[in-house]
Parts: sequence; structure tokens; C-alpha cells
Amino acid sequence: MKNDQAKKYGMVIDLDKCTGCGACMVACMAENNIPFKEDESNKLDSITWMRVYQLTNGKPYPETDICYIPRPCMHCEGDHGHSPCVSVCPATATDYSQKTGIVSQIYTRCFGCRYCMAACPYHARYFNWWDPVWPNGMEKFLNPSVSPRMRGVVEKCSFCFHRHQLAMNKAFVEGRRELEENEYQTSCAQACPSGAIAFGDLNNPKHTVNQLAQPDNAHGGQPKNPEVFRLLEKLGTNPKVYYVSSREWVRRAGDNYLKNENPGKAH
Amino acid sequence: MDSALIPKGVNRCPLSELILKLGPVVAVLLWGVVAMFMCWIKGLNQTNMNDSYGFALWIWADLTVIALGGGAFFTGLLRYIIGKDKLKNIINFAVLIGFICYSSALLILAIDIGQPLRGWFIFWHANVHSMLTEVAFCLTCYFMVLTIEYLPLILENRQIDRLPFFHNLSHNMHEIMAVFAATGAFLSFFHQGSLGGVAGVLFGRPFAFREGIFIWPWTFFLFTWSAAACGPCFTIMLLKITERITRKKLVKDDVVDLLAKIAGWMLTTYIIAKIIDTWYWAMVTAPSLGFELTDFYSNNPFYGMWILILEIVVCGIIPSIILISKKGRSNPVSFMTAVVLAVLGACVNRWAMVLQVMAAPVLTFEGWPMYYPSWQEVATTLLPVAYGIILVALSYRYLPVFPQEVELNPVESEDQGGKAKKAALSGAEVSPARA
Ligand code: SF4
Ligand code: SF4
Repeated sequence: MKNDQAKKYGMVIDLDKCTGCGACMVACMAENNIPFKEDESNKLDSITWMRVYQLTNGKPYPETDICYIPRPCMHCEGDHGHSPCVSVCPATATDYSQKTGIVSQIYTRCFGCRYCMAACPYHARYFNWWDPVWPNGMEKFLNPSVSPRMRGVVEKCSFCFHRHQLAMNKAFVEGRRELEENEYQTSCAQACPSGAIAFGDLNNPKHTVNQLAQPDNAHGGQPKNPEVFRLLEKLGTNPKVYYVSSREWVRRAGDNYLKNENPGKAH
Repeated sequence: MDSALIPKGVNRCPLSELILKLGPVVAVLLWGVVAMFMCWIKGLNQTNMNDSYGFALWIWADLTVIALGGGAFFTGLLRYIIGKDKLKNIINFAVLIGFICYSSALLILAIDIGQPLRGWFIFWHANVHSMLTEVAFCLTCYFMVLTIEYLPLILENRQIDRLPFFHNLSHNMHEIMAVFAATGAFLSFFHQGSLGGVAGVLFGRPFAFREGIFIWPWTFFLFTWSAAACGPCFTIMLLKITERITRKKLVKDDVVDLLAKIAGWMLTTYIIAKIIDTWYWAMVTAPSLGFELTDFYSNNPFYGMWILILEIVVCGIIPSIILISKKGRSNPVSFMTAVVLAVLGACVNRWAMVLQVMAAPVLTFEGWPMYYPSWQEVATTLLPVAYGIILVALSYRYLPVFPQEVELNPVESEDQGGKAKKAALSGAEVSPARA
């Protein structure tokens, strides 16, 4: 009944399966009570915890190819939990959990200095420029497990942490200390119609994410699977979101390379 | 009307003239206050900042005024600790400018945060790993030190000084000022440095990231160094503007020359260090992260190589050469050019270390977002400038800011005054009117 094995929750997203439908974005918005503006055309100040980017290989027809990259918060581990954003927050309003590997955000403590946004290279953090307002009646459909955020604070993907809490509560009541893989899943992973998103404990060999990514914990969790990569691997942010693609140009788009640098994997 | 408050032995314009001249400045101040309240009441949607530009004009202004306000700590260090006694004739002014800069920085920070009422969380829930925490603590402490340094000057106002308690207080504070100057220099070293560290530690942002010693990236030392170099230049620049406006010589040339010479050597050594830092970053740090130098300066409408040339060559190498040469300093045109360029250099450096850091894309599939400030941001940034002008004007009018003013501008008969002025301008013999 003891739970002393640290979890490292993470995600593996299969970019060859992703169709760019955006269901993960919608599911995330609904699950996490994410406020939206009347006019969402300016993406620079709208909140999208999960954001799907479109990439092309830049080649003319018929060789042109497209790839969609869903980008949640990477829950970077950095060096021993010194994620880029966590180490800079002056008020300890964001934290790295050594138990779950999840980077939390404490909305009631954040005072909106936005230093963490400057630190995050993935643009995964969003500031509440406005008061959250929902269309009339819609507030009745908000998720009661997730607190809405006030104006002036930063928010980001939490890997649906409230679902972890609910699942743990249930397990405790049933006398368990461990969760089954399917007991804690993020909203985006469940919503993806093509099953491109896998979520689970990267430390658990029975979980899909571990089998797909084959993380090498001795080397900052770098994937051993040659078709798997992480975004901006060279920076040492040590993300827990992995991507799979059989396409070389897609994998290469995950990081920056010098002009004469050998093409291939980032690691 | 207010003659009883004006220091003895100096000439000041009629109060009505002052009020008239300050009118437009007060208008700008009020404009800034309106914008400030709009930001507080309606939130930061009043700005043009966005999720790519979480730091923008305000943080630049903050870093810049703090760098330029560095004249106070560095002049204090030279005067009280290193013993450059001559600088006592400019230290009051340097402290005044420092006080204005630091109070402005605190005000801008109070507008800049999304939840101003939670500002104290930075002290209460302090994260010791964050450079911003260090900035907040040192900045606040140093502002207190500056207030203590500015206070004796206020107490020297003719009417306040008549009260024995304040007279003695001011005297005793002068006696122990070296302690505060040392504390100020110590605190300044850390917060100027931590401000450099704010950008330097961002290992997710290759444009900003720098290696360093222990927890301090190289930018930590470079920021302190540049503040010590450009801060005194800013003090000198404002002194010259004040002299132009008041049509009076307020500090003797040899005092200014000494400060400028030291600033020149600081700037020279700084710019050498900055060149080494830039070279190492361009050749080693950035390439190890997959970036070439040109990546940071191309494919966008604004940030070109010109910014690097402007900062290092035009506003770095050129002013250092002028300021370290006696000839360069003695020619008023080249001297002023050098001082203004050095100040501009600090502004450009802070701009790059804030705005360009935000703009340069890191993910390969993102572009360069551009930004221009909203009028509310501009107004709130001009607010401290207006406040600074008013505080300088009032301090100049009612407080003995410039100890050499009486000697340099005798108010006796025209004839004698002219002679005394000539003799004083030569700077041959330094005898401060007020120690
Ligand atoms: S992706 Fe950004 S917000 Fe998420 S943990 Fe990494 S640095 Fe922090
Ligand atoms: S915006 Fe909030 S979470 Fe981010 S660094 Fe500032 S206080 Fe911390």
C-alpha cells in the first residue's frame, strides 16, 4: 500500500496520426474553464493551453508536406526540477512536483510579473489580459473541479491535474495507492479522434508512453526510440512531452541546427 | 513669494515663472497618472503587450532608469570609499538623480504587475532561486538607502535647517554617510547584477542566455559594470542640461572632468568585456544551442545587425575613446557627444536584453512577433520623466544641491561677479562653498 515510486507523467504525441482537427484544443478549453474573447483572431493574446501549430516542409508541389504539432506545456524537468519557468518565478507561484513531474501553477499566488513567460521557450504560458467572462448561461457549464483564473495572472496546461486528484481520491477510498493507466488521462488525450496522444507515467514500463518514447533517465529522459524527439532538446529543458514521426523533416523541425550541422536526430 | 525657502546667496527665477514653465511638465505628469489608473483599474489589456511580449516598454524603462541611476552608487563609492573628495560637489545631484530613477523604477514595476495588490508576495513567498527576488529585495533596500542619502539635503533647506533638531540630525547623517554609501554600493552591485541575471539565466532563450560563475551569468557582471560606466555619464548629461536651462555654471569643470574620466575608463573596460562576451556567445554558446549569430539579427523588419553595431561601436567604443582622452574631454562638443552616446548605449543594451529576447523566435516554426507600445504605456513611461523634472526643479530651487553654485555665481555687483566667475571657471583652486 505504499506509494514511494516517483511518477513522471508525460505525453507522447504521434505526429503521423495527428490530422490537425483541433479536438484536443476544444476539449482542453472546455475541461479547464479557459476564458475566450469575443474575437479570437489575435492569437498573441488569446489563451490556448493546448495549441496546434501547422508546419510545412517548404517544398513545392508535389513534394509539399504538412504536419500539425499539438503543443501543451512540456512540464519541463530541466536539471533536477529546475524547469525554465519554475526557477525564475519570484513568488514560488509555479512549482515542479518531484512526485508527479507536473509543473503546477498557483493562481492565487501569482502576481503577474510574467517572468515565467519570458523564460518559457515554448510559449506555453498565457497571461489573463482580461477578466474571464463567459457568454450568458455558459458559466453553468463550467467544470466545478477547476477554478477559473482572475485577470492579471499567468496560466498554463496542468496535465489536467484535477483529474489526478479525483483519481487519487477514488483510489484512496478503495484502499489503493496506485493508479491504473486509464484512471488518469488528460482531456486532450481522450478527445483525440485519431488516438495520436498517449498519456501516462514515463517511469512505468507498462505504460504506453514509456514503451513509445523509451526514455533514458540516465540522460535526462532522452528518447531511445529513434523516431521520437522532443522540442528544443538542445536547450536542456528536459521536456516530458515527446513526439513521434517517421518523417525526417518533421523531427528536424523540432530543434535548431546550424547550417552545416549534420541532419538527423537532435541527440 | 517663496524667497524665505530659497538658499542664501543664490538667484532663482520668480515663482510665477517657474510655475509657468513647469505647466507643460505637469500636464504630461497628469496624462501619465490617468494612464496609470487606467492600467490599474482596467488591467494590462490597456497595453500592447501580449503573450509573446510579456516584458516590453516598461521593463525596458525599468532596467534603463536603474542603469542610469547607477551614477548615485558609483559616485558615492568614489567619493566616500575610494576618497575622491572632489566629487562632493556633484554627489548631491547624483543622489537626487538616483533617487528619481529608483522611485520611478518602483512605480513602473507597480504598474507593470498584473495583480498590483499582490506585489508583496515577492517578499512573502520569496523564491531564492529567482533573480527577480534578488532584484526586489536589493532594489527596495537601496531605495531606502537613497532616501536616507537624499534626506540630509532636504534638511539643509534654509527654514528646516533653522530648527536645531533637524540641523543636528542633518549634521550627524552627513557624518555617517560613508556607511550608507558603502551599503548602497554593495546593494547596487547585487541588484544591478541581478537585473543582468534576469535575462542571462533564461536557458530557454538562447539570445539572452549566458554562462557564468556559480549562479551568476556573465550578464550579471556586465550590467553592474555598464551601470557604473553609463550612470555617471547620465548624471553629467543631466547636469549639463540643468546648467543650460538655468543658464548657470553649477559644478566646476575639474569635478566633471574627473567623473567623466573615471566613467570613460569604466566604459572602456566594460566595452572590452562586452565584446569578449558577445564574441564567446556568438561563437560558442549560441552555436551549441543550434543558433548562428545572424539568426538573431535577420528575417525580421526591425532587429538587424545595426543594433549590435550601434550598441558596441557607436555607443561603446567611440565614447570610451573620447572620454579617456584629455583632448576629447576638453572639447565641449566631443565631450557632450560622448556622454550622450554612452547613455544611449545603456538604453540600447537594455532594449536588446528585454525586447529582442522576447522577439527572437526559439521554436523553429515561430516567427518574430513585433510590438509597439500603446499610448497608455508611453504615458506611464513619460510620467517618471515628468516627475523627475519637477523634483529636480524643486530641489534646485529650495535645496543647496550644488555646493559650488554660490561661488560660481556670485550675486554681488555685476562687475565683481564676472571676475569671480572667471576665476572660478578656471578651476585652479577648489574651495567648496559648502562642505
Ligand atoms: S513548457 Fe514552458 S511553462 Fe511548461 S514547464 Fe516548460 S518552461 Fe515551464
Ligand atoms: S507571472 Fe506569476 S507564475 Fe509567472 S513568474 Fe510571475 S509570479 Fe511567478
